Amino acid sequence: MSRQAPAPIAARAAAVKSALIDKGLLTAETFGHMVHLGADEWKPENGARVVARAWTDPAFRERLLHDATAACAELGYEGPQGEYIVALEDTADRHNVIVCTQCSCTAWPVLGLPTDWYKSPEYRARVVREPRPVLRELGLELPQEVAIRVWETSAETRYMVIPMRPAGSEGWSEEQLAGLVTREALIGTAMALPA
Amino acid sequence: MRGIHDLGGMYGFGPVVRESDEPVFHEEWQETAFALLMAAGTVQPGFNADQYRHSVERMAPGHYLSVHYYERMLTGITTLLVEQGVLDLADLEARAGGVFPLALPVAAAPMAALTPQPEARFRVGQQVRVRQYSCMGHTRAPEFCRGKSGTVLRVAPKFSFPDTSAHGGELREEHTYHVEFTARELWGAEGNDSDSVVVDLWDSYLEGDAP
Repeated sequence: MSRQAPAPIAARAAAVKSALIDKGLLTAETFGHMVHLGADEWKPENGARVVARAWTDPAFRERLLHDATAACAELGYEGPQGEYIVALEDTADRHNVIVCTQCSCTAWPVLGLPTDWYKSPEYRARVVREPRPVLRELGLELPQEVAIRVWETSAETRYMVIPMRPAGSEGWSEEQLAGLVTREALIGTAMALPA
Repeated sequence: MRGIHDLGGMYGFGPVVRESDEPVFHEEWQETAFALLMAAGTVQPGFNADQYRHSVERMAPGHYLSVHYYERMLTGITTLLVEQGVLDLADLEARAGGVFPLALPVAAAPMAALTPQPEARFRVGQQVRVRQYSCMGHTRAPEFCRGKSGTVLRVAPKFSFPDTSAHGGELREEHTYHVEFTARELWGAEGNDSDSVVVDLWDSYLEGDAP
C-alpha cells in the first residue's frame, strides 16, 4: 500500500467505471442491469419462499433436500453463486450455521448479497471457533444439547439453512410462513420468527 | 502458511455487530464495485473467479483488514485489469485525482505440488485427513483444518480446481467433499463436545486416514 493517502474510494470506483465506459468495454445498460440484479433480484425473500414451500409441501421438501439447486430453480431462483446449492435442515437436536471464512461466498439467488456483519472479519474469524458466543452476541442462545454444525463455504457449494417451522404456525399460508423466515434464519444466526 | 484472507479461527477480533434493516449497498461506490465485478467477464473474456479471489487475497494485509468488502472487491478487479493491460494505472490515478492502491504481485511460485485427482477417491462416511501443504498462491483449504482428520458427509460434483485455475496452470476438475471436523479435533480442549465444522474440500487436498 502506498505511503500517500489513497484517493477517496468513491473517486477510485468512478475512475474504473468511466475508464471502462470510455474504452467501450462497458455500457451504462450492462452496468445498470448488474446493479439491478444485486439490489433487487437476489434477496432473502426468495430463500424464505423456498423454506415456506418446504414447510407446506412434503414432496418439495424431499426434492429440496435431495437437489436444492433444482428445487430453487422450480421457483425461479437460479444464477451466479447458485450453481450448486445444498439445503441444510435444522432439527430439534442439530442447528446449522453458514460462514465463508476466506471471502464472503453466499448463495446470491436465494440469500441475496451478503450483509456487512456476515462479511466482517469478526464473524469470519470467530464463528468457526466459538459459534456459541458468536450466536449469543447475535441474539441466539442454543442449549448445550443442540449440536451446532458450522458450514464453511470454502469451495463451490452454496448453502441455505431450512430453519425449524415455528410452533403455532399450523394452517398458515405459504406467504404468511415466508414472512417468518429472515436472512439471518437462512444463514443460521437466528431461528425463524415466532408465529 | 496462511494469507491474511484466511481468517478462520484467528484470535483477537471483537464482537460481531449487526445493523438492523441493513441496505444492500450503503453508498453508491459499493454498487459500482459490485457491478464492475459482475461485468468483468464481459470486459475481459479471460476473467475467472479464482484469479479474482486471489487478487483480493494479494492485498497488503493492513489494507485488506482495514477496508470495506466492496473496497477489497474494487481493488481486486482493478488489479487484474491493470495487470492484464486492459486499464492503465496512471490514467486511473489521474481520473481519481490521487493514489489508487492495488494488490501486490503474485508470488514467484504460487502453486503447491498437489497431484491431480480426476476420479473421486473417497466416499461418504470415510475418514480423511487434510494434507499439511504450504502454498504462497491461491488455495481453498483453510489453514485451520490442515493436518486435521474428519469424516466425509457428502461427495459434491466436480468443480474447477482453484489453485491451478487462479495461476494459469493446467485446468482440471475434481470432486469436492463436505468433510466434518469435530470442534475437539480443530480446537482441542477449547472445542465444544457437541459442535463441528464442515469444510468443502477438493480431492487433492485430502489423503485417506485410517479410522
